[in-house]
Order: sequence, then structure tokens, then C-alpha cells
Amino acid sequence: MEAGIKPLGREKVWLWILLAPTLFGLVFSAFGALLATLGLSFTEWDLFTSPKWVGFSNYITLFTDKRFLRALANTAQFAALYVPGVVIISLFVAVLMNRAIKGISLYRTMYYLPVVTSAVATALVWNMIYGKDTGVLNYILKQLGMQPVCWLCADRAMLSVVIVNIWGAIGEGMIIFLAGLTAIPKEYYEASEIDGAGRFQQFFRITLPLITPSIFFQTLISTINAFQAFDYIYMLTRRGQGDSSIPVVVFSIYRNAWHFNKYGVASAQAIELTLIVAALMAVYLWAEKKFVVYE
Amino acid sequence: MNNKKIEKAILDIVTYLLLSLGAVIMVTPFLWMIATSFKRPADQFTMTLIPNPATLDNYRSLFNVDLNFPLMFANSTVISLLVTIGQLLTCSMAAFCFAVVKFRGREALFAALLATLLIPFHVTLIPNFIIFKWLGLTGTSVPIWLPAFWGGAFGTFLIRQYFLTIPRDLVDAARVDGASLLQIFWRVYLPLAKPALAALAIFTFQGAWNDLLHPLIYMPAAPNTTLTVGLAFFQQQMVLGGKFTILMAGAFISILPLLLVFFFAQRYFIQGIALTGVKR
Repeated sequence: MEAGIKPLGREKVWLWILLAPTLFGLVFSAFGALLATLGLSFTEWDLFTSPKWVGFSNYITLFTDKRFLRALANTAQFAALYVPGVVIISLFVAVLMNRAIKGISLYRTMYYLPVVTSAVATALVWNMIYGKDTGVLNYILKQLGMQPVCWLCADRAMLSVVIVNIWGAIGEGMIIFLAGLTAIPKEYYEASEIDGAGRFQQFFRITLPLITPSIFFQTLISTINAFQAFDYIYMLTRRGQGDSSIPVVVFSIYRNAWHFNKYGVASAQAIELTLIVAALMAVYLWAEKKFVVYE
Repeated sequence: MNNKKIEKAILDIVTYLLLSLGAVIMVTPFLWMIATSFKRPADQFTMTLIPNPATLDNYRSLFNVDLNFPLMFANSTVISLLVTIGQLLTCSMAAFCFAVVKFRGREALFAALLATLLIPFHVTLIPNFIIFKWLGLTGTSVPIWLPAFWGGAFGTFLIRQYFLTIPRDLVDAARVDGASLLQIFWRVYLPLAKPALAALAIFTFQGAWNDLLHPLIYMPAAPNTTLTVGLAFFQQQMVLGGKFTILMAGAFISILPLLLVFFFAQRYFIQGIALTGVKR
């Protein structure tokens, strides 16, 4: 057993009082709620009448429900674009910033701004930027003699929304990578320079292997975020009736529960999404053992 | 040697150019927000960053009675403060037990707590909503801030890691002086953990202030809602009326408190991320 002080006599009561809120949250809010959602996923319930047990039928219909399959496909596409985008761009920015040049803290502040501010507020501006007739981007395109584009229409909305999501996440990834980069001992670079290694060689032979823990961590966090992405999608692609032009699974859960009062179906979707994320995490942890270098 | 210097100079220039190009993309939306908020509604789509003529009317409109913007601002403030207080209090309480006190099942309990980090929040959304609805609390802010008072893996982990760095001799010395468990927590650990508490406070406040989904579920009806839901609602209303200028004024006011905190306490923002990201 690890070190620590022993509670004396009546202090045991205090120990459990200090732990009580956390224990309550652990039992009811976290694991309890997970089990409750699992239970709800086998029912049909609109919260007005009493719940009806329907067995696996919510799950079976999910596989034939075109809307849900589309939401799944959208989520997968979103993650496939978003995760590499965030990881690669924020690593690139961090590598640039790690070159000891002046004014880095100012740049860091600017890149971090979207992380601090709410997605709702910034999405309002992005709506103006992406506007079809009056938007900033199309104005620039016209100035360059190109045809204006409908940025948030069905075929292009995914890319446009992913770009905003990446824009909002670079600051955080950059900090993670900067922390990893500054931890690499300078001697490694000095030694390789004496051996005549070029900058690219240094990057691929020293920097990249030694920063794999940060890459792993950032990929994991970005993946979790990708599967939970909601704010920008809600703000940029929302249509009437709580619909979206690129509904993702979280959007579908939200809509089924809070627009259609189908809490059973929404629960089944939530469980399914959880299983997918859990499976991905398992793959990541396996990959961590194979590829991540811990000193 | 001279070659090396030239190479470094070129690389420096390229670095500055690329970083500046990126910075323009990062910052322009904010500049556009501020610029538009000072334009007259008639000029809302002019392609310039300098409003001409500039006006404060949009900010005045926000405080018109029918928009209820001040109510939303107050709601966001109260909710975010309560969430922050709840997290600071309950997370540091649990963190103290996990870091300092010896008791049976400590490691298993801590592992269980960390495991909850892997439970996606959308899974817990529906049962929590049903319970709060059953309690008759939907439509109020209670379901948004109350859960902050039952701890959380993220905050507890962050504070615990910091508590572990505090020298154990301090505890032993306090024990010899006859200090109780509570006194050691309150008089020794909490005051020494100020940087970690500040990082958690900022992190939590930021998350609560910017939260969209929870208020959308529990307080969906304007005007009695938070700034985020209110702005989303205004967007629907105003795009029809075509007043982006007022919308941008609202957006700017809504991000202003966090921007100010960020400029004055930047290191705590950065620290929070670095603390969670690096020390695994």
C-alpha cells in the first residue's frame, strides 16, 4: 500500500464525508446513468406514458434506419477528416513555434483564442464568412474572378464544418505538442548535428519518435472530441424541426430524444456510439504498445 | 559557418511567414465580429474591417427590454460560478483523500473514478434528464449546475496530481502538532495548491460558460436561458430580420469575460492543458 496518513478514530467519518460527493457521482451519475441508458435502450418511452419493453427492436431498427446510417457515415467522415487535420496542423504549428524566435507568446495567444471563446459565438461569425451571397469567402472568390460557392450546402457542408472545428481545436493541440517538444533534450540535436544530420533527418529520426506520446494523446483526445462534436454542427448546419444538413450521431440522439420524445431509440443510439468509441479506444491502446516510444 | 547563418535566417523568415499566415486565419473571425458589431445594420455586409460610420447602437439594442440579453448574461454568470464552486470544492475534497489519506480500497476507487473519463457524456444525458424532469427541475438552471457538486474525474485527477507534489514532511509535522485530517486539508493542502485550483477554476468556468448542449436541453426557451442558447435563438430570429450587427455585438459581449480572464491569467489556461496532457 502506498504512503499516506491514517485517519484516527472519528476522522474516518470525515474521510467518507470528504469522499461522499464523488462516491455519489460515481454510483449514480456515471455508472448508474450508463446502466440506466442501457436499460432504456430496450424500451419505447416518450416520458408521458409508461415505458414499454421492446427487447432488441430499437437496435435492430437502427441497422435499417436510413437516417441513423447516414448519421453514422457522417460521424465517421467527420472523424476521418477532423482527427488527422487537428493532429497534423497543430503539430506543424507547434514545431514552428518551438524554433526559439521572438514573439512566440503573441502567436500562442492568437492561436489559442478560439479555444477560449464559445463555439456558439464564433460560429455566428463563421456563418457570415460562409454566407452564400453576402459572405466574406465568396467575396474573396469573386475578387479573384472565381464563381461563388455554397459553403454550407449539403455537398460541401461537411468540409466547411470540419475546417471550423479544426480551427477551434488547433490551439489546444499546439499546447500539448509544445509541452512534448520542449521536453526533448537539446543534446540529441547537438549530437546529430555533429554527425551531419540535416533538418529533415532530425525531424524524422529524433523529433517524431520522441513526440509519439503527445501524438498518441492528441489523437485520442481528438477522436473522442470528433465523436462528441455538436456545437459547430448545430450552429452551422441546423435546419427546421431540429434537423441538420449533415446530422452526426450526437445530433441524432439529441433530435430523437428532445424533438421526437423517442427516449428509447435515442438511448440505443447513445449505447451504439459508446460501443464504437470503446472499440476505437481498444485499437488505440493496442497501437500505443506498438508505436509509441516512452523513454 | 556563414552558410549556416543564412540558412537559419531563411528558416526564421519562413517560420514567421507561416505563423503569421496562420495567425491571420485564427484572428480574422474575431476582428470581423468586432468590426461588424460597430457597423450600422445597413452596412452589415460591407467588406471592410473598419466600420464607417461606427456606431454603438447595436450594443444599446442588446439592452432593450425585448431581447432580455442582461437576463441571459446573468444566468450564464450564476450557472458558471456555481459550477466552478462545486467542482473546486468536491474535486479537491476527493483529491485530498486519494493523494494524502491512507484507506482501504483507495487505489480501486481511484481507478473506477478514472474509468468514468471513458464514458462519453452523451450516454449519461438521457437518464439525468429523466430524473431532473421527474423532480420537476427542467426549465430551471439546477440540472446544469447541481451535477458539478458531485465531483468529477478530470478535476479530481488534476488536483490530486498537484497534491502529490506537496512534500509529505509538512503533513507529518502538522500531525505531530496534533492537526486533524480536516485541518491538514484546509490549512496545509488547499493554500499550497492555489495554482492547480486556479487552473481548474478557469477550465471549469470556461466549460460552463461555453456549454451549449446542457442548457439547450434543460433551458431551451428564451429568454430565461444562457447566453449560448440565447445567441443561437437570436441567430434564428435575426437572420430573418437581417440584423447581423446586433448578433455580433451579442457574440462579442458573450466572449468578453473569458477573453479578459485569458489575457490576464493566460498561464493558468496553458497550465491546465499541460497538466492534464503531459503528466499521464
